[in-house]
Amino acid sequence: MSTWDRFVDTFFNARVMAKYLPDILSGVVVTIELAVLIVASGLLAGLALALVRALAIRPLNWLIIFIVDLFRSLPPLVIIVLIYFGLPAAGLSPSGFVSTWIALGLVLMAFAEEIFWAGITSIPRGQWEAARSTGLGFGQTLLNVVLPQALRLTIPPLTNRTIAITKGTALGTVVAVTEILGQASSAVSNSYNPSPLMMGSAAYVVLFLPVVVAARWIETKFAWKR
Amino acid sequence: MARPIVEARGIHKHFGALHVLKGVDLEVAERELVFVIGPSGSGKSTLLRCLNRLEEPSSGSVVVDGIDMLDPKTDINRARQRIGMVFQSFNLYPHMTALGNVTLALRKVAGKSRVEAEALGRAALKRVGLADRAGHTPGQLSGGQQQRVAIARAIALEPRVMLFDEPTSALDPELVGSVLEVMCDLRESGMTMIVVSHEMGFARNAADRVIFMDHGLIVEQGPPVAIFENPSQERTRAFIGQIQRH
Amino acid sequence: MIETFLNPEIIAAIWPIVLAGLANTVLLSLIVVPLGLLGGLIVALLATVHHPLVRWPLMAWVDFFRAFPPLVLLVLLFAGLPFAGLELGGFACVAIAFFLNTGAYYGEILRAGIDSVPVGQIEAARSTGLNRLQAMGYIVLPQAVRNVLPDLLSNTLEVVKLTSLGSVVAVPELLFQARQAQSLTYSPTPIVLVAIVYFLILWPMVRLLSRLENRALASRR
Repeated sequence: MSTWDRFVDTFFNARVMAKYLPDILSGVVVTIELAVLIVASGLLAGLALALVRALAIRPLNWLIIFIVDLFRSLPPLVIIVLIYFGLPAAGLSPSGFVSTWIALGLVLMAFAEEIFWAGITSIPRGQWEAARSTGLGFGQTLLNVVLPQALRLTIPPLTNRTIAITKGTALGTVVAVTEILGQASSAVSNSYNPSPLMMGSAAYVVLFLPVVVAARWIETKFAWKR
Repeated sequence: MARPIVEARGIHKHFGALHVLKGVDLEVAERELVFVIGPSGSGKSTLLRCLNRLEEPSSGSVVVDGIDMLDPKTDINRARQRIGMVFQSFNLYPHMTALGNVTLALRKVAGKSRVEAEALGRAALKRVGLADRAGHTPGQLSGGQQQRVAIARAIALEPRVMLFDEPTSALDPELVGSVLEVMCDLRESGMTMIVVSHEMGFARNAADRVIFMDHGLIVEQGPPVAIFENPSQERTRAFIGQIQRH
Repeated sequence: MIETFLNPEIIAAIWPIVLAGLANTVLLSLIVVPLGLLGGLIVALLATVHHPLVRWPLMAWVDFFRAFPPLVLLVLLFAGLPFAGLELGGFACVAIAFFLNTGAYYGEILRAGIDSVPVGQIEAARSTGLNRLQAMGYIVLPQAVRNVLPDLLSNTLEVVKLTSLGSVVAVPELLFQARQAQSLTYSPTPIVLVAIVYFLILWPMVRLLSRLENRALASRR
């Protein structure tokens, strides 16, 4: 066998790949489920926190800032491990899936709050004053005038951050989540062959590359005015 | 007449489908001040930028002080030291002091020591009347002062020719005078200058020759009085009329 | 509660292990941040070459690493390469993975910074005889870095946090040490302790960033 054939036989072994393809595909499903849950709950919670912060209630704002700082400071993997191995001592036993969801959801919430808040404060005071002068209330102004402008500004940084955090679903493998990397890793140790890892890698590229390319397009379309 | 210090022949410049310069010839004698006027888009700035090859001419030849600027063998960076340029938007380096702006090329291109470069830099700043602003950053200076620092940055390299690309267009009216004054001093000292500008008063007083450009060609040239009072071409007359109506 | 999550006896016992982990996390950061910056500088400088043969492969390269989870890259190097007869060890794998992954991110940031410097700056520099490289080094890069400083810092924070991935390939950094201690003590205290250590180290950086980002925003108004 030539070097090349040996390389292909090792890293792209057709027999191994066929055998473990179903596992990888089930991993893809888990990754997608996890990603959707993280994005939906993280963005919603972040937006909710930013809106509460707009009410400008001092003690509440300090709490929000602390929570945001906390989840920006801690490495996501540390949070996952903390929830998975720590909570059982308090009588709760979240699964690896739930631990990863909660941890990454909290991280995305923190970053999203910062970005939404930055967007809201970037809207000039004159916009508030004009809306209020026409008789709109605080909530109406926020919802109809400020948020639509703010959201547009937040889209590029938000997409980038969301992609970066969603990629973190791979961290779930550390707490036995059967997502792509988890499936690939156990397949590698069962088959003594790296082909499943190559399949898993390909799956990540297929899943995330279109999102990255779309983000690049969005970035040019909604770019911050410099 | 001695051999001209700037000799540009048959300069063409295309930007894609746009034909900006359509065969321009320009000769400038030593110590001459040539003033270039013309409507926007006439190609006057592009012509200036072809002389120090900030713009690559599509065809033609440019010889400055005996150096063939378009010869690939020419060390363009060394050659550019002999051609000072002043920009409409100053283009001072915002992260450096006035003195830092003036001394950078002295140290990095001319290879002077820091002490030597700073002495030359301070002398140049003194010539533009800003000896006391050496430590200021561009953000701390007025527009007129910034442009004078930019002039000092160019003359510190002791160029043989100075190119001015609308040096006063970005300035508030009350700041224009200080810059023109420095340019007059420079002219008195015998500097060869090519000036693209709309300051007709300055042209009348200081220029040896006025060139009117339109649509990528030199339409007419001559002494200021002749061009301003008695232009021979209809296009020149129309342009001068428009300018003077302001 | 405190007995369980922050048990003083356990803390006293594992403190030396945690300190060793902290030293390794700092060391790892001091290696991977400059490596990533170097990778980013290479990417950003290549991006100034507008030739399509450079531009498109570069963009594909950057987008690939933006799409590829760093942990997968790390596992690929650590568990995949040995099958090709190349055993690199956890530390080297982390260094390579970070050079590639964070290099792409730093590269995007620096490229945006370079783009933010007006063309006139380069022209002025070139008109005084500075060559392309000098103009880049003395004029463009200093301004570029200043313009994107918040983004550079923010990415550096992410890189430091990412060093916790080292625990997966047995690099004895903070998280790895905590998990070792946890399996010895059957207590969540080590992990809570390490989380507090991370927070205390990185919180000032987060605060600084928050301030910088707000200032950048104010100037955009």
